[in-house]
Amino acid sequence: MSAVPETVVRYDRDEAAPERPQPAPLAPGARLLPALAAVYRAQLSRARVARMPLLFVATFQSVGIMVMMRGVVDAGDGEAARSVVAGSSVLVVAFVALNLLAQYFGVLRASGGLDHYATLPVPPAAVVLGAAAAYASFTVPGTVVTAATGSLLFGLSLSHLWVLVAVIPLAGAALAGLGAALGLLAPRQELATLFGQLGMSAALLLGVLPASNLPEPVRWLRDLLPSSYGVDAFARTFDSHPDWAVVLVDLGVCAAVGVVSLTLATWAYRRAASR
Amino acid sequence: MCTVRDLVKTYSEGRGGTSLVRANDGIDLEVRRGEIFGILGPNGAGKSTLVRQLTGLLRPDAGSVEVLGHDLVRHPERASRLIGYLGQQSTALDDLTVALAAETTGRLRGLRARDARAERDQILAELGLEDLAGRPLRTLSGGQRRLACVAATLVGERPVLVLDEPTTGMDPVARRAVWSAVDRRRAERGATVLLVTHNVIEAESVLDRVAVIDRGRVIACDTPAGLKSLVDQEVRVDLVWRDEPPRQVPEIAAMEEQAVCSGRHWTLRLPPDRARAVVAAVTGGPAFAALDDFTLTTPSLEDVYLRLGGRGEGLVRQ
Repeated sequence: MSAVPETVVRYDRDEAAPERPQPAPLAPGARLLPALAAVYRAQLSRARVARMPLLFVATFQSVGIMVMMRGVVDAGDGEAARSVVAGSSVLVVAFVALNLLAQYFGVLRASGGLDHYATLPVPPAAVVLGAAAAYASFTVPGTVVTAATGSLLFGLSLSHLWVLVAVIPLAGAALAGLGAALGLLAPRQELATLFGQLGMSAALLLGVLPASNLPEPVRWLRDLLPSSYGVDAFARTFDSHPDWAVVLVDLGVCAAVGVVSLTLATWAYRRAASR
Repeated sequence: MCTVRDLVKTYSEGRGGTSLVRANDGIDLEVRRGEIFGILGPNGAGKSTLVRQLTGLLRPDAGSVEVLGHDLVRHPERASRLIGYLGQQSTALDDLTVALAAETTGRLRGLRARDARAERDQILAELGLEDLAGRPLRTLSGGQRRLACVAATLVGERPVLVLDEPTTGMDPVARRAVWSAVDRRRAERGATVLLVTHNVIEAESVLDRVAVIDRGRVIACDTPAGLKSLVDQEVRVDLVWRDEPPRQVPEIAAMEEQAVCSGRHWTLRLPPDRARAVVAAVTGGPAFAALDDFTLTTPSLEDVYLRLGGRGEGLVRQ
């Protein structure tokens, strides 16, 4: 049994008063990485039970949008075709990591499910990062299928699709962080769902349409949405000789938003778990 | 061991938080090491609010909570390293299989992977959950799901267990498995168990001592036998009428004034000689013709609870 403490118990001055019995040793807490791995594994297993149909919906939605857009956008290596394919692919990430994760944390918070984690000696970051990483992982098959289907549908080059290896985790981190923060900060479960849906709608409308066709104020809005940088990074790699430096900058924005939003989500979790 | 002093927790209720509700109104408790200590009261009495403060989930407005020498009001984060807590909700585990729910909870209690798996196997066997190990909690019946949550609570040993209505919805076999698992931890490892219940029969059979809570206050605290001695001069007569009670019989009319009436169901708490007279009255003549059923029982903790001024709603006997 591991109830034997690994750390030395610190006694406060008033607790060490001679007439009082010594405080019992505290069991060790869970460390960040093993706890994160345990949460990740548990969340991943939920996909088999609860998430599978929704992952199909996410993929069908994106493929459907591309088929629809194929009616108005010519195949070939144009800005519009790239936007549609890149936007639809990142939309899968937005659907799952932003929308579904916001709903999950909203439900968990409203139903008292956070108590389970709050009464375990687990670092808050492990719960948030584990769940966010799992939801980002759920998006991998759908995003790859969407990107490949779209490239074939619009006659785009498949040679740089490997960039999804960076786009999915980084856009995933940014959007999952936002989703988790929305779900944990929303005062009511319905609002968490609403914000998640709105975030996904924004990713759809602002990601799929080519940026140069959008009016100026809408373009500002697009610049505020972290998923746009994932879309742009991916869209640029359809060039035969992409400007990798710009791609890196776009991905860097995703990473930075990811760090900020996941930190915010961790803070929100701590706040929600200890009322 | 576990000492609660003058604990107060107030919630605001209503639109804009206008009215204040004192969920805990100055609670004092002293739980001894190795004891199975019960907190008995109807729904809404403030039991869950009390244990949520013991487990560091809620911060009290006033008062102190000390567990095994640790001040949990000042250091709520220590609670998870002293206490295994079973709450009322299983949402966080619902999509996991029984085995993974237990194993993950063990990992999050700081066990190494190998230890978590070993404890998981041992506890699933102890609770008779092996056949359900691969099933997600969501697909189980309420009682089975509760049992799986008990398993998750027991993985990763803690010196104190706080169980909020652990056996809700369970069949007798599962209940027995839970009580023997709890008792084993107490007997072999000196674990202290704090049990929230609104089931009086359960309280009488498994608890060493019990605090009776009503409207956020402890109205009595003793062994179940000690509490029952408060009312051992009485017996309880339950009458069920077929239709309208025969009020034209003078004895019956007199009885109605002393009875707690709930439709066709009357409950009387009487000294034994008066109870005999009542039984004689209802088992003869027009009263007997109108009687559907009657029982005569020795007092239970529910009767104690009512005698002490509790509201008497929401306690269950099964």
